[in-house]
Amino acid sequence: MQAFIDGLIGDASGLQREIYYLVGMLGFGALVVFGFILPLAGVFSWLERRVWARMQSRIGPNRVGPFGALQWLADGLKNLLKEDVIPQAADPWLFRIAPYVVVTGFVAAWVAIPFAGPLIIADLNIGILYITAVTSLVVIGILMAGWSSNNKWSMLGGIRSATQIVSYEIPAGLALFPAVLLSGTLSMQGIIAAQGWQPWMWHMFHSPFALLAFLLFFTGLLAEGNRTPFDLPEAESELVAGFATEYSGMRSLLFFLAEWGNLYVIGALVTTLYMGGWQVPPFTENAVLLTLAQFATFVLKTFFWVFVAFWIRATLPRVRVDQLMSLCWKYMVPMALAAVLATATLMVVFPEGSAPLRYATFAIVVLAVLQFFRRVVFHLRRARGMGWTIAG
Amino acid sequence: MSVEIEFEQGGLATEEMTLNMGPQHPSTHGVLRFIVKADGEVMRKATPDVGYLHRSIEKIAEKVGWHGFMPYTDRVDYVAAMACNQGWAMCAETLGGIEVPRRGEYCRIIAAELSRICSHLLAIGATGMDIGAVTPFTHALREREMINDLIEELCGARLTYNYMRIGGVAWDLPPGFRKKVARYLDHLEPCIHEINDLLSYGKIYTERLGGVAVVSPAMAMSYGLVGPNLRASGLKHDLRKDRPYSVYGDFEFDVPVGHGEMGGVGDCWDRYMMRIWEIFESVKILRQAVDKIPEGPVIAKVARTFKPPAGDVHVRVEAARGDMSWYCVSDGSEYPYRVHVRTGSFAAMSIIEELSKGLMIADLVAVIATFDIVAPEVDR
Repeated sequence: MQAFIDGLIGDASGLQREIYYLVGMLGFGALVVFGFILPLAGVFSWLERRVWARMQSRIGPNRVGPFGALQWLADGLKNLLKEDVIPQAADPWLFRIAPYVVVTGFVAAWVAIPFAGPLIIADLNIGILYITAVTSLVVIGILMAGWSSNNKWSMLGGIRSATQIVSYEIPAGLALFPAVLLSGTLSMQGIIAAQGWQPWMWHMFHSPFALLAFLLFFTGLLAEGNRTPFDLPEAESELVAGFATEYSGMRSLLFFLAEWGNLYVIGALVTTLYMGGWQVPPFTENAVLLTLAQFATFVLKTFFWVFVAFWIRATLPRVRVDQLMSLCWKYMVPMALAAVLATATLMVVFPEGSAPLRYATFAIVVLAVLQFFRRVVFHLRRARGMGWTIAG
Repeated sequence: MSVEIEFEQGGLATEEMTLNMGPQHPSTHGVLRFIVKADGEVMRKATPDVGYLHRSIEKIAEKVGWHGFMPYTDRVDYVAAMACNQGWAMCAETLGGIEVPRRGEYCRIIAAELSRICSHLLAIGATGMDIGAVTPFTHALREREMINDLIEELCGARLTYNYMRIGGVAWDLPPGFRKKVARYLDHLEPCIHEINDLLSYGKIYTERLGGVAVVSPAMAMSYGLVGPNLRASGLKHDLRKDRPYSVYGDFEFDVPVGHGEMGGVGDCWDRYMMRIWEIFESVKILRQAVDKIPEGPVIAKVARTFKPPAGDVHVRVEAARGDMSWYCVSDGSEYPYRVHVRTGSFAAMSIIEELSKGLMIADLVAVIATFDIVAPEVDR
């Protein structure tokens, strides 16, 4: 990206160059935000409702556009046109700013997400640390929203969110270290480059401990993204709408936008750190074709994890606050620490990596997936045995 | 699970927060209101505030007469209206000394058990949804929809049935109904197992409900809990078995009780599972009923202006939410002199205040859901 702008700027220098640079970066950033992130978050909102509906034997939104795929546009437009109510007793400034802080927090993470070999806004050498840092900004926005609404449900939601995100950052942060250790770099592209395109060359199959770290990482990210089974901050049946209770119109939508956009960030992080990122077999010399293949691979892998998040949301109930905390501190933090230590030990014992361990881990996962599909077939058979049209 | 917080002397000053849960709240199942005194997430007390749905149904009875009151009984507990129908019909029949034809009684039981399953399915789904699992709710409602279809064939209505009459039922079973019920029951059982797989025995779910808000048998009795809520505490009390009314004596079925698999006897999980177990018992009853139903008339001859002799009567039926007592005084005229209904939800509401001490706010939702409180039944 930087090289691309350098080429555009040509031989300008000094302050002029800096200004060109700033404008170019901001322009590109705006392009990415409005051309990719917002539509993506919107499409996720539709996709989640459709996937959810299918799992619940409903139909879901299917009126606007083909299969209802433009539902998110209609929703966005509707919310833009709605009145932006600010409660009289609320703190007006904080109340107004909070959604922006939340959105900033998640949009900023996109800077370091590697979509393909050449496709990354900025390959920071501390990429993964940067993402963990900026996504924490979300909690400040949520806390602001919860506090400024001057509503007890909102406040409870905000406080729940703060405790939850701050706590789960620790296991999630620890669980990304095995990947960092294995790659020897914090840069997102570096982490991907350290993995191969073959599934068994991914970091998650390095050893059972890496697999454990991967699972902890995904769970921790789900909790940070306020997703079921950790959606306590906006627990609908308990806190009405949590921190977003008093929000209406576009401001309320911005929170959901951040949630759905965050889903992609979750998927992208998991994919980058443990699933080989955009790695594809080197099937062609054509750089454009290769980039496209890498992009498609990355997006597909990410969408898989987004789908898993939808699926979990449709399946699992919500945990309680004390259970949430005990899960984090009693189980996930020690396990994450153990995973880091064990991975480091393994790296000392097998400096070149242990192929048997890698294949054994891969085999375990393959067997688990096969067992899963056996259960699916069993349930499908049973469902077919029930027969669906009875009365009427 | 109760959480104890100790306050340090001279530490941070804290004060209790008064939270207003309801009358508009997503998980209060209608118009309920709880005034919650909370210390952070932990409740000190949740005081139920009833009366938002009082429609003076009992008073209306004094003006609309014996026959005319039947549609109103549907509204006492609209989730399982058949039992209310039956309670009222039995009141009038006991006062007037009317013998219901046997086929009429069987029709009543088929209808009542179908509506019990209907109500329990809703309770199961709604509990899941209150705990945060939305999928079992839609699955349970899908099954409930099929019962609604069956009942629609029976009496033309899907929610407020108005099926029973004084002296019997309004219509005989439609042709092919018995077969359809039998086929539906074959379909229902695996579906309930599916809900068990998906929800009831899930780790998060059992953790959320197991051991939460344990009602001891003594406490259950002192608050007058009835029905599944009482049986969850381990007390085997079911009017269908203990003092069989109608033709319940003809059927073989068990009375499941809670046995504290996931914590204490009488915890939220037991109360939830009572509904699932009772569905299986209702399925047993229904199978026998559609099998054994005799031929004959479905309604006895009752005068259009029904004037029972003066006196009072107390009738108890086992509704979906437990022992529903109907007390009715007649002065010999064509209007009842006084009617009172004692419902299960009201008793369940009264126990919540004591039960809520030390629970978390999220548990209150589970408690309301597992007691299966239907707001209109509380106030009538």
